[in-house]
Amino acid sequence: MSSPSTTVATSSPVVKWVLRLVVVAYLFLLLVWPTWFLVKNTFANGMTGIQEALADPDVVHALQLTAQIAVASVAINTVFGVGISLLLVRQRFIGRRVLSVLIDLPLSVSPVVVGLALVLVYNGQFGWFGPWLEAHGLQVVFAMPGMILATCFVILPLVVREVVPVLEELGEDQEQAARSLGANAWQTFWRITLPGIRWAVVYGVVLSLARALGEFGAVKVVAGNVGGETQVATVLVQQKYQGFEQDTAYSVSFMLVLAAVLCLVVVALLRPKEGKK
Amino acid sequence: MATASAVADGRPARWRRSASSGSLTAGSSLGLGVAMIWFSLLVLIPLSAIVVKAAGGGWSTFEHVLASEQTRSALQLTVLSSLAVTAVNMVMGTMIAWMLVRDRFRGMGLLDLLIDIPFAMPTIVVGLVLLSLYGPDSPIGVQIQNTRWAVLLAMAFVTLPFIVRTVQPVLEELDTDAEDAAASLGAGRFTTFRRVILPALVPAIFAGAALSFARGISEYGSLLLISGNLPGRTEVVSVRLFSFLEGGNLAAAAAVATLMLVVALLAIVTLDVVQRRVARRV
Repeated sequence: MSSPSTTVATSSPVVKWVLRLVVVAYLFLLLVWPTWFLVKNTFANGMTGIQEALADPDVVHALQLTAQIAVASVAINTVFGVGISLLLVRQRFIGRRVLSVLIDLPLSVSPVVVGLALVLVYNGQFGWFGPWLEAHGLQVVFAMPGMILATCFVILPLVVREVVPVLEELGEDQEQAARSLGANAWQTFWRITLPGIRWAVVYGVVLSLARALGEFGAVKVVAGNVGGETQVATVLVQQKYQGFEQDTAYSVSFMLVLAAVLCLVVVALLRPKEGKK
Repeated sequence: MATASAVADGRPARWRRSASSGSLTAGSSLGLGVAMIWFSLLVLIPLSAIVVKAAGGGWSTFEHVLASEQTRSALQLTVLSSLAVTAVNMVMGTMIAWMLVRDRFRGMGLLDLLIDIPFAMPTIVVGLVLLSLYGPDSPIGVQIQNTRWAVLLAMAFVTLPFIVRTVQPVLEELDTDAEDAAASLGAGRFTTFRRVILPALVPAIFAGAALSFARGISEYGSLLLISGNLPGRTEVVSVRLFSFLEGGNLAAAAAVATLMLVVALLAIVTLDVVQRRVARRV
């Protein structure tokens, strides 16, 4: 795969350079240059922008809340994702194909639709389950559980999509061997299956972490968005930007982008190792 | 089959049957049950609630919603912009994937990393980022905020990775022997590409296009700040949906949401059919 192709289709230097030029120009204008301006705006006055943003208790609270929600929903989703991947690949049951199509559904649903769907079911006044849950002391919408649910919905397919192809590739010979030697399901999972899919799980986790930190629309609908209480970092960015506190908006944005890019760098650094094995 | 008591502590007793040979073991059934309850509570029941809510008012809710000029134009703008952006992505995405797989130059790893950034960047920040170069304080004098160009630009940003990431693995697997053979038989560069390479890539391009279109019509965060949300001009359907929701008009919100779900579903099915047709013909 890595050896340069010798085919005619790529050997023409003219085609090659035109292609390079078009692609690099497109990515530069769409992606790199605008992002560079975000960095430039953030550090227009050196570190003071970030320092001032971090002195605002609402900003600190929003960042903490975002981190808590991201960690909680990624943890829930990782357990679910690995479990459902094992079921989809290793088991045969009625509705398996339908389930594997449905798992990808959240990728095509608008974040606002996600929020609306959760509100219709979990709102404390008129939701299907909301009043019952609130009578039993669990407020979902406008509170932490709702924000975690919304984030879980959005990142749902990310772990599954990474793990399923690797599981299929691995096959189940080793698992069967372990089982025939007397290992129980739990031992087989920990000693054989998990080491095999470990990197896929890590990619899935890192990608969903990046996505969870940045979720905006769905969380905005189900959260109360009260500053210092139920406002996450992305909603805070919108509020500050529209409230003419653009320096704070840029600083918080920069921190969010930095976290997302760090996640991607981690994935990129891990991936080649996997290929060499 | 494992006994029920073995399931109680979460560990099914050892079983010797191949797991894929047929029915589920008790442990797997329990796992499947828990997973399905979670999946239903999170995704299936809430999405059905939207359809139920929208259907509750009968056709009149839909008629009422579609009678509004503002909603119609939001739907139209969203669908047309997503189509346009998806078309651009089909060309650009394939070119980028081609370059990532077949070309070698310094900084390639960085380029590969860049492609994922739109996927990981918070959508609200995407709007902010685009505004800082193409907004009111544009250092290059290009101001597209509050125009339909802004809608296209933001959609192009967030949908960038989809086609690249579906085409790239297929291109990596593609054997260059067939291309060499075509070339040695006298096929020109363009003919080789059109007759040998493109047919292999078509399924992946269309699969990516379906994702890209679905993401385009559902986009919200990145459009909020840059498009200006001018009713009848730059307001997209997610923004319209949000204002129904904010105004407490849940029936109208559910109707619009149902329409969006139907359009996304139609797109995915249509592109699947087209992809099969094309793959069979060439």
